[in-house]
Amino acid sequence: MTVHLSILLWLPLAAAVVGLLLPAAIGRFATLAGAIAALVVAIIVLARFDPDTGGLQFVTDRMWISELGIHYKLGVDGLNLFLLLLTTVIFLAGILWASLRAWERPRLFFFWWGLAESAVLGALLAQDLALFVVFFDLMLVPFLFLAGGWGGPNRIAGIIKLFIYTLVGSLLMLSAAIATGVLAPVPGIDFSLSALAVAAPRLSHGTQEWIFLFFAAAFLVKMPAFPVHGWMPDGYKAMPLPVLAVFSAVLSKVAAYGFLRIVLPLYPDASVHFQELMLLVALASILYGSAMAFTTTDSRLILGYSSVAQLGFVTLGIFSLRDAGAQGALLQAVNHGLVVAPAFLIVALLAVRAAGSEDVRDMGGLAFRAPVLATLFLIVALANLAMPGSSNFVGEFFILLGTFQSKAAIAVVAFTGVVLASVYTLRLFIRAMHNRLGPQATSREISLADGLVVAPLVLLILAFALYPQIALSKGERSVTRAIAPARVAAGPAQEAAR
Amino acid sequence: MIVAAAKGPHIDWAGMSPLLALLGGAVVVLLAGLLRPRWAREALVPFLAVAAFAAAIGLGVWQLDERKDLISAALRVDALTSVLSFVFCAGGIAAVLLSWRGVAPREAAHGEFYALLLTSAGGMWVLVAAQNLVSLFLGLELLSVPLYVLCATEMERERSLESGLKYLIIGSVGSATLLYGLAFVYGATGTTDYAAIARAAGGVTGDPLFLTGIALTVVGLAFKSSVAPFHQWTPDVYQGAPTSITAFMAVATKAAAFGVFLRFFNVALGPATDEWAPALAALAAITIIVGNVGAIGQSSLKRLMAWSSVAQAGYMLAGVVVGTRLGVSATVFYLGVYLFMNLAAFAVIVARERETALGDDIASVQGLGATRPALALAMTAAMLGLAGIPATAGFIGKFYLIDAAIDGAYTWLGVVIVIGSMVSLAYYLRVLAAMWMQAAPEPSEAVAVSAATGRPALAGGSTEADPELGRRQWEVWAVALVFGAATIVFGIVPSPLFDLATKAGDALTNLL
Repeated sequence: MTVHLSILLWLPLAAAVVGLLLPAAIGRFATLAGAIAALVVAIIVLARFDPDTGGLQFVTDRMWISELGIHYKLGVDGLNLFLLLLTTVIFLAGILWASLRAWERPRLFFFWWGLAESAVLGALLAQDLALFVVFFDLMLVPFLFLAGGWGGPNRIAGIIKLFIYTLVGSLLMLSAAIATGVLAPVPGIDFSLSALAVAAPRLSHGTQEWIFLFFAAAFLVKMPAFPVHGWMPDGYKAMPLPVLAVFSAVLSKVAAYGFLRIVLPLYPDASVHFQELMLLVALASILYGSAMAFTTTDSRLILGYSSVAQLGFVTLGIFSLRDAGAQGALLQAVNHGLVVAPAFLIVALLAVRAAGSEDVRDMGGLAFRAPVLATLFLIVALANLAMPGSSNFVGEFFILLGTFQSKAAIAVVAFTGVVLASVYTLRLFIRAMHNRLGPQATSREISLADGLVVAPLVLLILAFALYPQIALSKGERSVTRAIAPARVAAGPAQEAAR
Repeated sequence: MIVAAAKGPHIDWAGMSPLLALLGGAVVVLLAGLLRPRWAREALVPFLAVAAFAAAIGLGVWQLDERKDLISAALRVDALTSVLSFVFCAGGIAAVLLSWRGVAPREAAHGEFYALLLTSAGGMWVLVAAQNLVSLFLGLELLSVPLYVLCATEMERERSLESGLKYLIIGSVGSATLLYGLAFVYGATGTTDYAAIARAAGGVTGDPLFLTGIALTVVGLAFKSSVAPFHQWTPDVYQGAPTSITAFMAVATKAAAFGVFLRFFNVALGPATDEWAPALAALAAITIIVGNVGAIGQSSLKRLMAWSSVAQAGYMLAGVVVGTRLGVSATVFYLGVYLFMNLAAFAVIVARERETALGDDIASVQGLGATRPALALAMTAAMLGLAGIPATAGFIGKFYLIDAAIDGAYTWLGVVIVIGSMVSLAYYLRVLAAMWMQAAPEPSEAVAVSAATGRPALAGGSTEADPELGRRQWEVWAVALVFGAATIVFGIVPSPLFDLATKAGDALTNLL
């Protein structure tokens, strides 16, 4: 019996809608049930996944809008398998964390959570360019309402900035996607990725190049990458912390995934043409993110800028256009999601202990009476700085290896980012946990309920550190296939350079 | 015997039946409005008006697959006529429901108010069916004159009178310009029939007389459909008119005006595409930018919707510019989704005008998410749809238009649509933020605002939620919820709308 991906896709939203209709006391837990069910389905998909088949599995393919050639096509392969698992795990953690706390208008709050999970899963599962664009844009809407309705002070300015920045990118991507479908030399019009993978690379160089830039704008804003990260500080401050944990852990990964799923296979010539530009953007993100993370004192923004730097590494790996680099990028995307979500949740705990302040200057000494919390945080911090032995180390190693193979000079500069990561991560850990107790701070152990959310995530980090091959081996074939067109396109140019 | 022998002109009653339903309905409504009992005027008359609109829709469904010429080819009934008539008749039904229990019909005498509404819709039907320059102008005037009056029906409100007068003057200038242009087109081609113009157009390309005619016609129609730079009247008129009439103008007039654009430019002037398409494309781009930028600073919801309708006219013009069957279908599709989104938004504005003393100020929807979640959800669907966010019909509509623009080798116009949508986020988001992210204004504040704008407090001058009011205006809620839901449903299952739009596009058989 095959697994229907539609079930995985719509379960969270369906549960959330049911929750909206039930009384508030029960309704608020419906989304949690939906998230658990989605995780179970995702695990079943992982168990039944056949790593030896290179192509898509569990495919659902129906016509959605025949006049426009848009399919409702879902599928799983090595590229999105682990991102799907990451999404369901992180959403479950975030929803569980939120369920343990009281919110105003809880049913609406959890409805938006359910919609968010379905939208993200849809973007990951979609095997049709138009369908991908639909879900990619849709996943922003629930976060707009979550941040706007339940966020911190100054949230309206922050989210409007976030929304406009990201939708500008998304709308550019929309026009580029439509242009791909219309201009690609196929009889009729067909937006399914399998049809476009044949037709789109035959677009003229000029067309490919503007389409590439429009897609890159959408994905780089979402990551966010330097210099289009302007929404990040205000946007991050606007969101409630559990929402932010999910946003930062999952949404940026969809952008990285978009490069591998859509941009490299469909526009190989343009990818080669703009390779150096993208590598420089990635490098700038690493250096700028690291420098900012090292100088800011707001613990949210330390993690935010650290994400800019980490996503810089991911971009670097993808645009090395080498198998090793792209595999490392995919692994690192999963790693970063697993690390940053518990990190944000821990920051929420630290803020409670520092009398509501998220500034590291108000923290300090929080480890004294909280050995378990300190241990959990230390593991997360060591994973974030890519300690040898962690899965992040493996990811960054592959990324730098791939980059070294294609552009050695950039790899050398990027290496400083690895060093800087340990500086800013350890700074956050030490300022928060060690030294004298902050002026208003009290050291308290993590509560059992919160521990039940954070500890499984930390255990997953440890498991991944011991056995990163599980993600690498299942993704290998798909990654190779995704970057193959660009490698072929780069071939003659590299020959000529020699 | 002699009577039987003299053969009268053949009249296709079936083909004309929707028009007869509208105009006949106008007469019946006018007469029913003279009845003495109060229930006849306040309940029977609106009911009859709704019935007339519904009958026109029903007869249109019956004639949907027809394709025939009426009155010696002055009018044509085909799928384009029928589908556009669905749009403006649905707009008419919504306008009746939103007016019912409002101030405007009371002041204008119920029968006359609804009769004017029906007559205007009859004019729209003539306009979209016109196959001849004369019937085009006839339809346009039949549409416009009742609307001039309807705008001014809230006679005790200064702005309503101002709105009516302004619309009358600007509309007359537009009509005169259009008539002048039509005369030039006739002068150049020697005929008033669309099909004959199309045959003659190939021979007179580059003729200054012909070009002047086209240019003046464009200007005249641009006045009517609020295309920049001939849009300046729109915000004032939209703000001043009774809100139900604003909704009708925004939705129905636009559908009728675009019906003319499609028929006149893509059929009659089809062979001369190179002459007008670049100019119209430039107008579309200007309209998109001007409309969206103009909307940003508005604090009156009706003015905001007016500017937004200017921008949306620009989007739809893109479908006319490309002059393909795909473009026609995309424009008709967008007119349909535009109907849903605008009616949902205007219904919420009407509901809040009655519930609060804030009129149509954006403060009237502040905190709506907490006090009236159902209305807030309808408004949210409308705003997200107008902004073109996925899972709403607005997204599909925009997708279709961009698709048509790129397919017709106007890629840059597709990108302009996208840029316009980005700008539009700034003001649609403000409405969303006011509803969901700000608390309802304090009553004292509300009184101060109402004193400043000098509006009568329709609901006792309080912003407090009055549970009674919700029940007393169920029809307004129904309009908001039905069209809000339609915005979402057709965003997920758009096929029925696509079928209609494709039919309408196929009706213009001369196109690619």
